[in-house]
Amino acid sequence: MIGKQVSRHSARQFFRNILLSENFILYLSIFYFLILIPFVPNIASQTNLENLLSNIWPLFAVAIGQTFVLIIAGIDLSQGAIISITSVVGAMFIAQKADPIVFDKSPIWGSILFENGAIFAHSPYGIPIALIAMLLTGILIGLLNGTVIAYFKIPAFMVTLVSQMLFGAAAIFIVKSENIINLPESFISIGTGGFGIISYALIITVILAIISQFILSRTVFGRWLYAVGTNIRASLVSGIPTQRVIILAYTFSGFCAAVASILYSSRMMMGRPTLGGSFLLDIVGAAVIGGSSLSGGKGKVMWTLFGVIFLQLLGNSLRLLNVSFFTTEIVKGSVILLAALIDVTRTRFLARNA
Amino acid sequence: MGEIALSFQHVHKSFFGVPVLRDINIDIKRGHILGLIGENGAGKSTLMNILGGVVPFENGEIYLDGQLYTPHNPEDATKHGISFIHQELNLFTNLSIAENLLITNFPTLGKAPLINRREMVKKTSEFLKLVDLPLSPDTMVEQLSPGERQLVEVAKALSTDASIIIFDEPTTSLTNRETERLFEIIRRLHDSGRTIIYISHILGDVMRLADDIAVLRDGELIDHGPCKEFSINRMITQMVGREINQIYPDRITPTGQEPLLEIKNLSRAGIVKDINFTLHNEEILGVFGLMGSGRSELAQIIFGLEACEEGEILFKQESTNHFSPREKIQKKMGFVTENRREEGLMMTASVAENLGLVALDSHKGPLNTVIRSSLDQAVNGIADKLRIKSTNIQKHLAKGLSGGNQQKVVIGKWLLTEPKVLVVDEPTRGVDVGAKSEIYHILNEIASNGAGILFISSEIEELMGMCDRILIMSYGEIVGSVEREYFDREEILRMAFREHNNGIKNE
Repeated sequence: MIGKQVSRHSARQFFRNILLSENFILYLSIFYFLILIPFVPNIASQTNLENLLSNIWPLFAVAIGQTFVLIIAGIDLSQGAIISITSVVGAMFIAQKADPIVFDKSPIWGSILFENGAIFAHSPYGIPIALIAMLLTGILIGLLNGTVIAYFKIPAFMVTLVSQMLFGAAAIFIVKSENIINLPESFISIGTGGFGIISYALIITVILAIISQFILSRTVFGRWLYAVGTNIRASLVSGIPTQRVIILAYTFSGFCAAVASILYSSRMMMGRPTLGGSFLLDIVGAAVIGGSSLSGGKGKVMWTLFGVIFLQLLGNSLRLLNVSFFTTEIVKGSVILLAALIDVTRTRFLARNA
Repeated sequence: MGEIALSFQHVHKSFFGVPVLRDINIDIKRGHILGLIGENGAGKSTLMNILGGVVPFENGEIYLDGQLYTPHNPEDATKHGISFIHQELNLFTNLSIAENLLITNFPTLGKAPLINRREMVKKTSEFLKLVDLPLSPDTMVEQLSPGERQLVEVAKALSTDASIIIFDEPTTSLTNRETERLFEIIRRLHDSGRTIIYISHILGDVMRLADDIAVLRDGELIDHGPCKEFSINRMITQMVGREINQIYPDRITPTGQEPLLEIKNLSRAGIVKDINFTLHNEEILGVFGLMGSGRSELAQIIFGLEACEEGEILFKQESTNHFSPREKIQKKMGFVTENRREEGLMMTASVAENLGLVALDSHKGPLNTVIRSSLDQAVNGIADKLRIKSTNIQKHLAKGLSGGNQQKVVIGKWLLTEPKVLVVDEPTRGVDVGAKSEIYHILNEIASNGAGILFISSEIEELMGMCDRILIMSYGEIVGSVEREYFDREEILRMAFREHNNGIKNE
């Protein structure tokens, strides 16, 4: 009798602990995955798992940047556009050849891009130049976002939305909405190669994640990020260079988007002006599902990884179940809403028990 | 008279098993003013929230006019004629006075769901007249001074036909003059037969207003009786549970000779004008001024939060006119801001995170990392030293602390940087007597150890108790300076008001 009561009590305690755990989303993902195996055995196949993992890394890379911005109570809507434009910028320097019929109206035709290859297509430094150009583009756009937000005090939502339009359109303008293909093999291998399941993309992203979490939890700058997100006025009074913190957060966000763009572009083997167009919901959604708060002061790299895993797993499973694209989007949207609801309830619950 | 308007009987309430109110029995006579006093966390707010239907209670009964009263939500309370005027004003600043007053009860055009503007203005004017506020009902609330807002709150209470009105610390953000005006209105409400519960830390005010006094401590009713049986000392002893012999510490150390902070001809258009003074080491220099006298703005300019347009701010003999707060802090200046909620604390962060925030730079290791062991040691040390009441400073959030302890956290985070000049702006606002005394002793110790303190306050008693010298500000100018041996309450007040009155005449 008593034993039964105890076990029921401890079972309730167990579920409560899971719900309140910061790893809740990870547990949920595992649970969801296991549930699906009997229905869609394919989901656990090696090809699908590889596919799933390769989808996780670039999204994780960009979502790390978003996490930094969410922590300071901001938002970066321009990450999609940064992915697009950096994709074009990288490819336009190293394309091995280009079709004149496709590109002769493009503003870079004849100056950067030529019929027998781009300007650095055959240079030994071509790929490093392209990578640096991509990262630099991301950093500069982030820097611009951050500077406008910090110094002119225009809401981040506004500033990054304008950036999204501006640079998204610029990407399309540069190549007249054509994809730049024929990229060199060594560039493509960044997104496709690796040592078995340990892909280059995994290595790059994990290094980025470790450095990011180190910054967040161990450095003075990390403390500043959380402080600015919690109370910016109190931070200023306490001697935190709030403007510098804001600028660096957005710059880092741009950098992360550029890293993601390298991974995506190389995997798709092209510079694509609409590459980042559809990611915005996934990026912000992954961070929020993971537990970063839109009102700032809260977020961890690990949480965001869980959010990315969950979102990718969800999309992957729905595709395997032959659910149409639109239905998938509806389900994803609902899940993000649900995550926000869970987060609110959880916070309230924790606050009450504090 | 003599009839009981409101009666609490054996009211008991606990949060998560911890009793916060134990067996409370109070009878309040109709038409009386009850002064409800107690330290922060004594249970005053909980008791009033129970009455207002905000929180439920477990045991006991409440009777209104002899009828059993069990409120389930704030609307119940309003329906029963109970109105609550909160410490933090609950007005919509982006709406007009009329809209605020009638927000739950807009007059409509017949049955149509359209607002009858004319009726609204008419009704509002009547209520504004009752509280002596000669303003247009269309005035936006954001344009009103804190005192006027308080009166709008009173008008709002009247508009719901309240027979019991609760005031919770209504004077914290009011100037002396506005306070007087509010008291007059309260007396008028009293004369018209309304029952009033007045909660305040300013015991002198309670003495002046109340017919009866009830003292709460740790959730228990310690004493309850007619006001004339009480003295301030008795109230303090009952609230704190021990005798506080001396609220203010002795100022024994003589003022030093080293000028730490010299302000020369400091001006900023429309805010402060031609300010000159010098703060020495081991000195506590008071700045007294009414609200709007420019005292807080002066502090913000000195600390670098606002630009200094003209004049010079010499800190340790160096011009710091264009220093940011960060640079001032690196030179060892500190600033305890007036408003701990907005500028002092990160409410949703832990006590430890708040305490360590300013001192991060001095606990920095390689790669810009925080050396946690040394930071934690410093933070724990200061929490112990200031006796911050929290069982786990790493986990407890700042918002969970009482006002007095929150204020100690704000002071503590500056102490960790060992400031040479500490600017404190209203360091004891909304803090109970016990914590106040502790804060005074802390500040005194900082000064004795060689720092200079610029002590800004609108409470003249604390300045007289703490300072070596008091500067009096009015309309952005320093209109007087009084040494400790010549401190005189009347004289200081007169100086602060004189310019005010001239100002009004000149307009």
